[in-house]
Amino acid sequence: MSTNPKVELTLPVMENMELAATKTAEVVAKSMGLDEMKTAEINMALIEACINAFEHSKSKENIYITYSIDGDTLTIKVGDKGEGFDSEVVAIPNIDEKINSEHKRGWGLQLMKELMDTVEFESSESGTTVTMTKNK
Amino acid sequence: MADFDLKVTENDGVILVTTNGYLNNYGGEQVASLCLQKISEGKRKFLLNLANTDMVNSIGVSILIEVIEELQGTSGTIAFCNLAPIVEKTFNIMGISKYAKIYANEEEAMAGLA
Repeated sequence: MSTNPKVELTLPVMENMELAATKTAEVVAKSMGLDEMKTAEINMALIEACINAFEHSKSKENIYITYSIDGDTLTIKVGDKGEGFDSEVVAIPNIDEKINSEHKRGWGLQLMKELMDTVEFESSESGTTVTMTKNK
Repeated sequence: MADFDLKVTENDGVILVTTNGYLNNYGGEQVASLCLQKISEGKRKFLLNLANTDMVNSIGVSILIEVIEELQGTSGTIAFCNLAPIVEKTFNIMGISKYAKIYANEEEAMAGLA
């Protein structure tokens, strides 16, 4: 295996295409020797990142994913060319408030933060990139 | 894309919904639609067996909040069993487990709902 292997994936905005991203993540995680639960957490976070990229960006263009292995750390970047958003102003969701509310969605960022070791957003009018890491 | 289907049975007054596949928005809508229909028919106890659903997304799960909400007004109950560890963790993060009981298997769930 090369020193810092990197896998790149391009996904069209199509229903359930996030599952293609998880298949790749499983292969990468297995090559690192990540356990089943950490792999499942990566998959869940990746699903949410892809859904955000597909839906929230309102982009009709492809989304771009890179998986980079650096020692015991897996870094996943999910990028889109949508409108962008400010992650700082996204409210932390609460089930008590979601019940009897019209807006029951909005859990993606919270799930990513809970399931990964680090999550960072870079967003501008020309797109958003979320960078997530998971340590072995 | 229909990568999801479900089976419905009724046992001792409990509506048992067994899902199969990825619980995304489509799956969530299928489950919620069925449960809301059964609630309108007077059913009050629901058990979702997710043994064959090892992957969910937050949109699918958030649609299930509608069922919790509807049952709250009727003193009804919804419970889940056979959750994959990542699905259970997702339910805990989203707070679903605050409003719905989670059982290890169908037998324990039926006993708990009796």
